[in-house]
Amino acid sequence: MADIYQDDTGQEVKKQFTLSVLTEDLPGLLNSVTIIFTRRKLNIDMINVSASEVPGVSRYTIVLTTTRSQVEKVVKQIRKHIDVLGAFVYEEDEIHYQEIALYKVPTDIFFEGMKVENIVRANNARILVIEKDYIVIEKTGHKEETQKLLDTLKPLGVLEFVRSGRVSISKSKRKTETFIEELENSKTHSLNTNGKLEYGKN
Amino acid sequence: MATLTQKSKMKEAQSIKVSGSEAVILSLMEEGVDTIFGYPGGAIMPVYDSLYHYRDKVNHILVRHEQGAAHAAQGYARVSGKVGVCFATSGPGATNLITGIADAQIDSTPIVCITGQVPAHLLGTDAFQESDVLSISMPVTKWSFQVTTPEEIPYAIARAFYIAKSGRPGPVLVDITKNAQFGQLDFKYEKCEKIRSYHPYPPIDSKKIEEAANLINKAKKPYILAGHGILLSGAQEELKQFAEKTGIPVANTLLGLSAFPTDHPLNVGFLGMHGNYGSNVKTNQCDVLIAVGMRFDDRVTGDSNKYAKQAKVIHIEIDHAEIDKIIQTDVAINADAKQALKELIKSVNSNTHKNWVQEFRDCDKIEFEKVIKKDLYPEGDQIKMGEVVRLVNEIADGEAVLVTDVGQHQMVASRYYKFKYPNTNITSGGLGTMGFALPAAMGAQVGEKNRQVIAVIGDGGFQMTIQELGTIFQYNIPVKIIVLNNNFLGMVRQWQQLFFEKRYSFTEMTNPDFIKIADGYSIKANRISERKDLQGAIKEMYDHNGPYLLEVKVETEENVFPMVPSGDSVANIRLS
Repeated sequence: MADIYQDDTGQEVKKQFTLSVLTEDLPGLLNSVTIIFTRRKLNIDMINVSASEVPGVSRYTIVLTTTRSQVEKVVKQIRKHIDVLGAFVYEEDEIHYQEIALYKVPTDIFFEGMKVENIVRANNARILVIEKDYIVIEKTGHKEETQKLLDTLKPLGVLEFVRSGRVSISKSKRKTETFIEELENSKTHSLNTNGKLEYGKN
Repeated sequence: MATLTQKSKMKEAQSIKVSGSEAVILSLMEEGVDTIFGYPGGAIMPVYDSLYHYRDKVNHILVRHEQGAAHAAQGYARVSGKVGVCFATSGPGATNLITGIADAQIDSTPIVCITGQVPAHLLGTDAFQESDVLSISMPVTKWSFQVTTPEEIPYAIARAFYIAKSGRPGPVLVDITKNAQFGQLDFKYEKCEKIRSYHPYPPIDSKKIEEAANLINKAKKPYILAGHGILLSGAQEELKQFAEKTGIPVANTLLGLSAFPTDHPLNVGFLGMHGNYGSNVKTNQCDVLIAVGMRFDDRVTGDSNKYAKQAKVIHIEIDHAEIDKIIQTDVAINADAKQALKELIKSVNSNTHKNWVQEFRDCDKIEFEKVIKKDLYPEGDQIKMGEVVRLVNEIADGEAVLVTDVGQHQMVASRYYKFKYPNTNITSGGLGTMGFALPAAMGAQVGEKNRQVIAVIGDGGFQMTIQELGTIFQYNIPVKIIVLNNNFLGMVRQWQQLFFEKRYSFTEMTNPDFIKIADGYSIKANRISERKDLQGAIKEMYDHNGPYLLEVKVETEENVFPMVPSGDSVANIRLS
């Protein structure tokens, strides 16, 4: 059966997936999540962990490149962890996402006409800090955009560059608090109950 | 800590001021723990000191190596359905538990391991006997947690027990720093009944039950594969009713053995690499495969790309992550096996599949002629492993608990032992841990005093945990130990013979005098090397009051057949 996840030879194609994971805010949990990838020799392209809008709940955004079937299995393993509240897998068109990049350049490159300022403007970047020796430029966007700015600035001299992990938000209308309330009230904690929770569904 | 305060809706229960170490013992008692397997050491000494005060209420068994404690807790849990408990100290004590924990994880066995840890202020300083057991245990536990203050102890232990036994059971590790054991707390205990992020019992989807029943009702050649999940959910009666109502033949996985009586007319045998001929080849001929509480281990499926491709697959499984992991299902029922079978029984039609069951019986005849007859009634001079098991059957009559180690003897015993009652089969399946049987048998005998426990072990595995004879001696645990000695690591040797052109690379063993070793522990022992003495020796062992070691010198280069060569299709099972 040929489908969109197979190439012409029937091999499953690898593509980039974004996982969004909600967990209790606990020490060591990041380790237990990442070893799920380690065990399968999957490289994490990007990872970001921060507090969500719900107190005590962390949100992980993990980006990796693999096959659909592999990512499905991995997300089930993450979901299975006791302290994980929910784990969701998205493709690029199911999320809004951004990454932030910072570029430290020597201050004196700004003294050679308007060139650098034009680059900053044309890339919708902004100047974050001006110091005597260096200037920090900030740019938010997708990787191709932050990379393009880096490539443009490089010949002029870049002292340091850093890009954050992806943060993403799904296009689903689900409210995180409602999701967690459903978890709290579900009848799936013991036997002989008749819960209706669609656990882990987007 | 957020979850602690959120979750602790402590009732008006009276609190008492106790030390953290006493809270450990009190919490265990609240969970109904009556037996602990353990080994003391520096970082867990306060707990042992508290245990001393409760030694008439809680039975502690001092093992000879922490791995033995973990396996004993497994044996105890598997036979009794209760949570097994073990104690170990920090550093090497904790790391020695890991093999047993990993075994419990892959074989879904509920155990709670409590480890001592260096005082919180020394964490991360390479203190004496410090190891990062929390990180080490993460990939092999269902849950692990480090306690650094006394107040967390009741909370952590309550959670540990709930997690270990609910849903798909598994091992839990609670690491307690020494300062938390020494410190004081207001102790009150409340059992954990709910963790918001953990949903061990998914609701049954009635649509899926209906879909499954439709497939089953229309099937011409339906086939049930019964796994460990039957025993874990206590569904053996439901399985029997389901099979009898529908007339569908049942095969067992290694860990599913004893979930369905061996002599039941619908029992068609044992699955997997050294399982029965019919039960394997028919997998690739059935039209509906009903897998209950099993996970399609590669030792069951062989090449999963050539496994049951012709069949519609119904998978009843409590662990969502197991569904579609190896075999794509047509109908997945993500639920507790007992609950799902109860529902399914209502929706399926009464039926019989006489011709289909007969096909299995025809295979059995072939297997009997080519394999079983030679195993059970051999004519050569040397004793075969199979005939030992046959004679054990004659005496035990299914009343005993069989504990096996890993290797040829395990496959032979699993093939030929006649199971009558649930939870009478204890073995290391997923991890294949040599050294499992002796300590697991000891734990099983402690957990089930009304049945005789018989451990069948190879000479290799026996020597991996042989020191537990000391424990058996000290507590006079009346296990019967049969060592099938072929002076080889037999299974590896078999593979070397079949796949490595008989290059017997380091598989031959020069063994000690096991009788003298048993004698050193005052355990009665006997060695048999001739067939004529075998029956009497087994009877003497069985009738002996107390532990007993029977060493049987078996054929040195016996091979176990049938065999699905590793990575081959189940259809290509070899009879010789």
